[in-house]
Amino acid sequence: MLTENKWFGEGKIQGRRLRYEGQPQNVWPVPFEFDGNKNDSRQLSTQNATNHGGQVTDKKQDFIDQKLQDLNNDGIDRRGFLKCMAWAGTGLVWTMSGGIPVSRAFAKSMDRHAGKVGDFSFVQISDSHMGFNKPANPDVVATLQAAVDKINGLAQPPEFLLHTGDISHLSKQEQFDNVDQILKSASAKDVFFVPGEHDVLDDNGKSYLERYGKSAQGAGWYSFDKKGVHFIGLVNVMNLKAGGLGSLGGEQLEWMEKDVKHLKHSTPIVVFAHIPLWSVYPEWGWGTQDSAQALAYLKKFGSVTVLNGHIHQTMQKVEGNVTFHTAMSTAFPQPQPGKADSPGPMKVPAEQLRTLLGITDVNYVRGQHSLAVVDSTLG
Amino acid sequence: MTRKNVWVAGLATPVIAMLLLLAGSPSVTANDQPSAANAEVKIDNFSFGPQTLTVPVGATVTWTNRDDIPHTVVSTDGVFKSKVRDTDEKFSYTFAKAGTYPYYCSVHPKMTGKVVVQ
Repeated sequence: MLTENKWFGEGKIQGRRLRYEGQPQNVWPVPFEFDGNKNDSRQLSTQNATNHGGQVTDKKQDFIDQKLQDLNNDGIDRRGFLKCMAWAGTGLVWTMSGGIPVSRAFAKSMDRHAGKVGDFSFVQISDSHMGFNKPANPDVVATLQAAVDKINGLAQPPEFLLHTGDISHLSKQEQFDNVDQILKSASAKDVFFVPGEHDVLDDNGKSYLERYGKSAQGAGWYSFDKKGVHFIGLVNVMNLKAGGLGSLGGEQLEWMEKDVKHLKHSTPIVVFAHIPLWSVYPEWGWGTQDSAQALAYLKKFGSVTVLNGHIHQTMQKVEGNVTFHTAMSTAFPQPQPGKADSPGPMKVPAEQLRTLLGITDVNYVRGQHSLAVVDSTLG
Repeated sequence: MTRKNVWVAGLATPVIAMLLLLAGSPSVTANDQPSAANAEVKIDNFSFGPQTLTVPVGATVTWTNRDDIPHTVVSTDGVFKSKVRDTDEKFSYTFAKAGTYPYYCSVHPKMTGKVVVQ
């Protein structure tokens, strides 16, 4: 069962204690322990991490430094970037600064000099909103191109890309054309899509399916296997009901149950869909009403990574063996839950824009329990 | 005689006018408010304002999207449905029958509203 999510607002990290806990073979040993959150879930946003990083007290910082020294065989100054990152669970890492390996597992996998390259990596991009041209970002072509450049500069080239929806802003052919054209310049040639609500406007997803979903089921869901990892692309933006949240629907859930039935428990699972499959902020529709059923089918698996978009900011939660993570947009940022009158585009000074847009690099190392997830901003 | 004829003509004029009105607009009855009663709903910050709008039968309601994000106006009961409306685009619907018409944005279904026609 999913436990209740809590949003940790500005200023709330200060005063909470840092505590080492659990699974030392696998985890970065400085997790944040949030008092007041009695369940086993933790949740943060990139903006939170940025806002609060500088508030870590000296005493806590000393503690962090001591812990860091134990790991410092790779010459990476973790003290510096710890100020803008927070560890939030087993095997999953998260940073504001581009391309810095932030967990031990990830550092090893990325360090080519040590001769240890991860089995493979892939990159998630999201919410390119091609066609959007309002003040929050008048040039979404340039920022998507910057995201592709970022991908092409990664130390370990990704095998493929996932696009978690809102490819277009208004479901127009020329908008899809534009994105396809820009993505052609990515080093990774394969791109796996799921639709966002902006991709299925007016025509019930017909043009989306014709372009991206020819071999998919139903409204565009499908699964595939890569090097022992099972990927499931879900559609939760169709047939939304008044007052409701994202929805998977009975037919898709039935398909999913059958899809995972034959898999071994040890198979790592990656689920990707547009709207978060956890309850981020229902007041703004940031959740999927029947996601609990989908997650119930995944209970038997040791490692499940759920990747979503839609909310245009990074946020993550660990729930048992399931790691939930949302990606930044390549187009415009959205406010933290409840921190604005609406979830509409957040207007920021031009020089700040690219620090709030980005990509998500996911690294899989055979034998490691979980996948390493690193967010990199475009600027 | 002369006086009586004048009186009849004076009575007949509004009756004829009303008959003409009825012929041109069959849904309008003698008890109606003026048929020109139009109303507006603004979409701001992912919400419909006013959320509940009360109008007379025959009124035309126009929704205007003032957000940076596209929205739709879709009747929950399938009575009306707009195409996607981007910034500053409008959608209008004329309500010919009394009743309560709940609606929502099919892109952001948390956005709901209601038109009461009476």
